[in-house]
Amino acid sequence: MRRKVLGLLLSTAMVASVLSACGSKASSTTGTSATAGTSAAAGETSDEGSAAAAVDTSAEGKVLNICAWNEEFKSRLIDHYPGYEEVDGTTGKIGDVTVKWLITPNQENAYQNRLDELLLAQDSAATDEKIDLFLVEADYAVKYTDTDYTLPVTDLGVTADDMKDQYKYTQDVVTDSNGVIKGTSWQGCPGVMIYDRAIAKEVFGSDDPEEVQKNFSDWNKFNESAAKLKDAGYHVVSSHEDTFRVYQNNAALPWVDENNKIQVDENLIKWVEDSKNLVDSGYCDTYAQWSDDWTKGFYPEGKVFSYFGPAWLIDFSMAKDTEGSIAHDGGWGAIEGPQGFYWGGTWICAAAGTDNAGLVGDIMKKMTCDPEIMKDIVLKDNDFVNNRAVMEELANDESYSNEVLGGQNPLKMFCAGADKIDMANLTAYDQGLLQDFQSAMGDYIKGNYSSIDEAMDQFHTLATTRYPDLTY
Amino acid sequence: MTKKTSSVSRCDRWGYIFLIPFFSVYTIFSFIPLVSTIYNSFFENYRSGLKQIGPNFVGLENYVKLLSAPEIWKYLGNTLIMWIGGFIPQIVVALLLAYWFSDPSLRLKGQRFFKTVIYMPNLIMASAFSMLFFALFADAGPVNQILLSLHIISEPFKFMNSVAASRILIMLMNFLMWFGNTTILLLAGMLGIDSSLYEAAEVDGANATQIFFRITMPILRPIFIYVLITSLIGGLQMYDVPQILTNGKGTPAGSTITVIMNLNQYLTSKNFGMGGALSVFMFIVTGILSLVVFRINSAKE
Repeated sequence: MRRKVLGLLLSTAMVASVLSACGSKASSTTGTSATAGTSAAAGETSDEGSAAAAVDTSAEGKVLNICAWNEEFKSRLIDHYPGYEEVDGTTGKIGDVTVKWLITPNQENAYQNRLDELLLAQDSAATDEKIDLFLVEADYAVKYTDTDYTLPVTDLGVTADDMKDQYKYTQDVVTDSNGVIKGTSWQGCPGVMIYDRAIAKEVFGSDDPEEVQKNFSDWNKFNESAAKLKDAGYHVVSSHEDTFRVYQNNAALPWVDENNKIQVDENLIKWVEDSKNLVDSGYCDTYAQWSDDWTKGFYPEGKVFSYFGPAWLIDFSMAKDTEGSIAHDGGWGAIEGPQGFYWGGTWICAAAGTDNAGLVGDIMKKMTCDPEIMKDIVLKDNDFVNNRAVMEELANDESYSNEVLGGQNPLKMFCAGADKIDMANLTAYDQGLLQDFQSAMGDYIKGNYSSIDEAMDQFHTLATTRYPDLTY
Repeated sequence: MTKKTSSVSRCDRWGYIFLIPFFSVYTIFSFIPLVSTIYNSFFENYRSGLKQIGPNFVGLENYVKLLSAPEIWKYLGNTLIMWIGGFIPQIVVALLLAYWFSDPSLRLKGQRFFKTVIYMPNLIMASAFSMLFFALFADAGPVNQILLSLHIISEPFKFMNSVAASRILIMLMNFLMWFGNTTILLLAGMLGIDSSLYEAAEVDGANATQIFFRITMPILRPIFIYVLITSLIGGLQMYDVPQILTNGKGTPAGSTITVIMNLNQYLTSKNFGMGGALSVFMFIVTGILSLVVFRINSAKE
C-alpha cells in the first residue's frame, strides 16, 4: 500500500513538473501586469510632484522600451536628458514613465536578431511590452528605415526646422526610398588620422599637424611616409584593416545594384592592392581590429604611428584612463589624412506601434536638435555632435581643447569632414557584405589566396550564403 | 488469484506513467523538430531584412543547390580532417592510459587523482577553452613571446594564419577535451574483463603485447565501437571550438569552416530551407559513416 502511495506521488510529481512550464508562464504574465498596474498607480501620485517631465505623457503608455547594443545612449540620457532618473542598471524613470533598457550586444548579430523578433511581434505584444525606440547603425539602418516598422520623425513632432542644423549625411542615412526621414542622430562621426606626436617628431622632424599632413596628403605620400616609418622601426598603421573605412567611404558604387547583384567598387579593389603592398612591405601588421594585438599601438611600446578614427575612438577607445598610454599623456595629434571618411554613429528610430510617441519625439528633439544640450555633450564627453552651429562655434573657440590630442582643437577638421561625407550609397546589405569582403580579402592580403579572383570567389560564396536573395 | 493479476497490471500502468516524461520531452524537443527539419528542407523560406520570403514549396531544389556547390564538400572535408586528427591521438592515449590504470600488476599510485585530472579539460566549456587558446596563440600572445625569448623563432609565428597550425590547434583542443572521457569509458570496459583470462594468458607465456591485442582488444570491441561512433557523431557536429577560435570566419581561407559552421551561416538570414537541407544531408552522412564504422569493426568476427 505504502509503495502504491509513493508511486502515485512520484508519478504525479513528474507529470506535474512536465506541465509546470505552461503554469509558470501564466503566472509570470499575471505578475508583470500586476507590477505594471502598480507602477502606473504610483506614477499618478508622483505626477503632480515632479514637474521635470517636459512633455505631457499622461495620455501615453507608462513604459518606454528602448533597444540598444551598448550603454552609450543610456549614459547620454542619464547625463543630458532633463528629468531622467536612473533607477538601476536596466531601468530608469522620466516623470511617471518607466524606461526599460533592452540591451543586447552586437556580437554575432545578436542585437539585430532580437530586435527583428521584437519588431515582428510588435502588433501582438502587450502595450507595455511594445518597443518604443531603438537604435541603429549606418551599416544596417536601411534594413529598418525602408520598412513600415519605423515612424517618420515628422509624425513625432520633430519638424524640418528643428533639424536644420544637422549634418546632411546624418539625415541621408535614415531617409527611406521615398525620401522620408525615419530617424535622427545626436552625433556625427567624421574621421581623422590620429598620429603619435613623438614618432612624428623623430621621423618627420615636426609634430605640428600642418607639417605632418604634408606627408600624408594622398595615398602615394602615405606609402612613401610608411617606408620612412618602417626604416625607423615603426608601423604606419596597426593593421591593414585600419584603412578599410577610408577607402570604402570613398567608393562610388553601392554594394548592391537595383537587380540585387553584388558589385565591388574600384576603390575597394584599390584598398586590397594597397593593403597587400603595405603588408608585404612590412609597413603594417594584419591584426584583427579591436584584438589585443591591434590595441598595443595605444602604448608607446606598440610602435604604431597612427590610427584612423572619429571623435569617439579618440575619447572612448584609446585607453586614455590607463597610465602609460599615449592618450593618457596627450601624445596624439590629429590630421585629415589622405581622404575624408566617417566611421560609426548611432541613430534613434521610433518603432511603429509605440504608445509613447510624444515622449519619443521629445527625446529626439532634446537629444538631437537642442543646441544647449548638444553643446553640453561636446564639453562633457568630447563627442562630435550633429549640430553645425554648435560645432562651428566650438571649432573657433580658443578655450576648447582635447587633452588626448595634446591640447589640439580638432573640431575644425571634424567640421570640414562632416560636410564632405556622402551617404547616398547605403544598402540594406552593407553590414554583412562589409564583413564578408574584409574577411575574404583579408585572407588574400595575408597570403592565403594566390589571387584577388580566388578571394572574390570566397567573398561571393560567403555573401550569397548570408543573403540568399543576392546574386553576383 | 484475481487480486494478484490485477496488481500486476496496475504495476504496468505505473511503468507507463513513469515513461511519460521521457516521451513527452522526446516528442517536443527531438521528434517534432526532426520531422519539421525534413519538412522545411523542401521549402524556400528565409528572411531578407525584415521581409519574409516564402515558404514556397520548391521540391528538391535546396538539395540540388547544396550538393552541386563545391563548398559543402570542402566543409565536410575540413570537418573530417579535424575530427580524425583529434581522434587518433585521443584513442591512442586513452587506450594506453586505460590499460595502465586497469593493469593491477603496475600498482599505480594516485590513480584517483589522475583520473580526475585527465577528465578536467572536459569540464571547461568548449567556448572558454577556445578563447583561452585564442589568447595563448595570438600573434603577440604568450606562446609567441616564450618562443621568441627562447630564440626558437626570430619573429612571431602567426598560428591563426596558417592552415596547418590553426587546424592542429583545433585538433589539439578536441584531443585535450575528450581523451579523459574516452579513457574513463575504455577503463570501464577493461575493468569488466575477467582477470582469470589474463592470468591464464600469463601462465601460457603470453607477453604484454599479445595480451593486449589477443585478449583486451577483442573483448573491448563493443565499447570501442561505441566510443568510435559517438566520437564520429560528435566530430561531424564540430562547431564551438573552430567557431570561437576563428571568430566565426573559419580562417585562413575557409580551411576551418565545419559543416555546422556553414549551417550557422545560413541561419543569419533565417534560411530554414537551406539549413534544413544541410541538416538532413548531415543526418544521412552521419548514418552512412556510422554504418561503415560498425561494419568494419564487426566484420572481423
